[in-house]
Amino acid sequence: MSKTLFDKVWDSHVVKHIENGPDVLFIDRHLVHEVTSPVAFLGLKNRGIKVLYPERTFATADHNTPTRNQHLPVQDPLSANQLKALEENAAAHNIPYWGLGHEKNGIVHVIGPENGITAPGATIVCGDSHTSTHGAFGAIAFGIGTSEVEMVLSTQCIMQPKPKKMRININGSLSKAVTPKDVALFIISKLTTSGATGYFVEYAGDVFKNMSMEGRMTVCNLSIEMGARGGMIAPDEKTFEYIKGREYTPKGADWDNAMIYWKTLYSDSDAVFDKELTFEASEIEPMITYGTNPGMGMGIKNDIPLAEAVEGGVATYKKSLEYMAFHEGDAMIGKPIDFVFLGSCTNGRIEDFRAFASIIKGRKKAENVTAWLVPGSHRVEEAIKEEGILDILHEAGFELREPGCSACLAMNDDKIPAGKYAVSTSNRNFEGRQGPGARTLLASPLVAAAAAVTGKVTDPRELMEEAYA
Amino acid sequence: MAYDKFNILTSSAVPLPIENVDTDQIIPARFLKATERKGFGDNLFRDWRYNADGSPKEHFVLNNPIFSGKILVGGKNFGSGSSREHAAWAVYDYGFRCVVSSFFADIFRGNCLNVGVLPVQVSPGFLDKIFTAIEADPKTELKIDLSEQTITILATGESESFEINGYKKQNMLNGFDDIDYLLNIKKDIEVFAENTPL
Repeated sequence: MSKTLFDKVWDSHVVKHIENGPDVLFIDRHLVHEVTSPVAFLGLKNRGIKVLYPERTFATADHNTPTRNQHLPVQDPLSANQLKALEENAAAHNIPYWGLGHEKNGIVHVIGPENGITAPGATIVCGDSHTSTHGAFGAIAFGIGTSEVEMVLSTQCIMQPKPKKMRININGSLSKAVTPKDVALFIISKLTTSGATGYFVEYAGDVFKNMSMEGRMTVCNLSIEMGARGGMIAPDEKTFEYIKGREYTPKGADWDNAMIYWKTLYSDSDAVFDKELTFEASEIEPMITYGTNPGMGMGIKNDIPLAEAVEGGVATYKKSLEYMAFHEGDAMIGKPIDFVFLGSCTNGRIEDFRAFASIIKGRKKAENVTAWLVPGSHRVEEAIKEEGILDILHEAGFELREPGCSACLAMNDDKIPAGKYAVSTSNRNFEGRQGPGARTLLASPLVAAAAAVTGKVTDPRELMEEAYA
Repeated sequence: MAYDKFNILTSSAVPLPIENVDTDQIIPARFLKATERKGFGDNLFRDWRYNADGSPKEHFVLNNPIFSGKILVGGKNFGSGSSREHAAWAVYDYGFRCVVSSFFADIFRGNCLNVGVLPVQVSPGFLDKIFTAIEADPKTELKIDLSEQTITILATGESESFEINGYKKQNMLNGFDDIDYLLNIKKDIEVFAENTPL
């Protein structure tokens, strides 16, 4: 029977199917961080059991860590307590732990691929909804709750009904200044934040085929923002090239065997999807959000839609604009902003910093802007230095912080103050997401850079040299 | 962690007729720093419920004494966003045992089922009827019968059935959790793992 990519990976991991119930799904690799794991470890302690497969489990500290002075003790006692709990739990269960200061430390969804933990055809979970990132490699990867973290720690399985399948095709070539982030924000604006709920998405077509691995990660990362459990892209030569030689990638004969499996990972030509959507690459503009969910996005040159033109509740829509202090019909271009945040598991990789640097090079940070530039990992930080990007940042009046989730969810001190506007490369613009009362405009690293040097929402194409593709 | 058995729940309900209520509203990230599961109910809807100085926002429904009960009724796409189970814990710890909406985000729905909160998905029309009934009389009671998979507005007798998979239904009725089930089939899992390379 013909199968989709998703079917092939899911079906090969079903330990047991329960009639009129969920599948027992085997998890190849489990990523753990400090915020969603302590109660799960406590559950194991209460049952008197150990982590079943520590060699399939990896722990890092990222969500509540400071992005300055990481060599000093963490000031916030609650954060320090969570970090200590993870360190102790990792030690007690023989799990590799890459804490603050460790060369492999960074955001969990950045370091997974960097270290070859992410593999095609694998099942990967983490107590974090942006686990969908790893789908870029043709893995089934999704976020789970803490009860499920406890299940995976204790049995390496979770119990979930098999989701429906959706394919999103985008063909053609992307226009100038349109990045993977814009592709994702475009799709979410079309589907809304619940348009893919109940589905697992496969991205297909020229646009994803031609996209870099890091770009694919950005797109798959944002799958959850349209309600999908996850998103994935069939592995290809680009994928194999990326993972080859990384620490946890198979070597030698194991690699050859793995390749035999990996090369079967594509949707059969006659495979059937529950839903299939197709867009044209030329429709997509550099995007920006104006509201309080990631579906409230539009081409940067457009005006904020009128309430009557919007699907869904008018009251909810107006509440959202009221929070943002925006009005129906406003243009976004030219709106003054206060903060810029470059980073997160969505856009905290080296290509994102390259894109940011391409705009700010030879310019100066606007006086009215506070910029927080946070690499996704120490490896990204190293690359920023090695490639000379740090010099470009410094010359333009920017500073680089240390790795972590930072202002994406503002669990640490990196909080946007109430009422202030932040152009952010992260993934959520919910009320208070970046700090109580903070107002978030989601955008690509190029749009963030254009805002950082002009102090207002600016079309990056106006600042780009013809040569930049 | 085991939770109370769920069979029939008859209670007044708290209305929250807002769409896309996301997990950052249910429990903001800065309250996720505990290493134990307790006290999350105090911070349920923290920034809608309290001002920055900690004083209650009078207009918010949880601060309005005319509304109470063990059922929370929310607008479409309830629980979108993060995988934080803390959101479901906060709902449970506050005292809710059931959330009713016309549409739930996936992970939140699963988390609810794992912590003993029953997510009841009704049609948009029935959701409107519930909101209207509560508006007419804040003491209006809803009856949720898990065995029968029905939700009824007692004042009007209007009723609708809801879906839940048979396995999860039995778990809720008996207060069992998935970990017990998985630990019981550990042998099968170990055999599977041996044949599944890293």
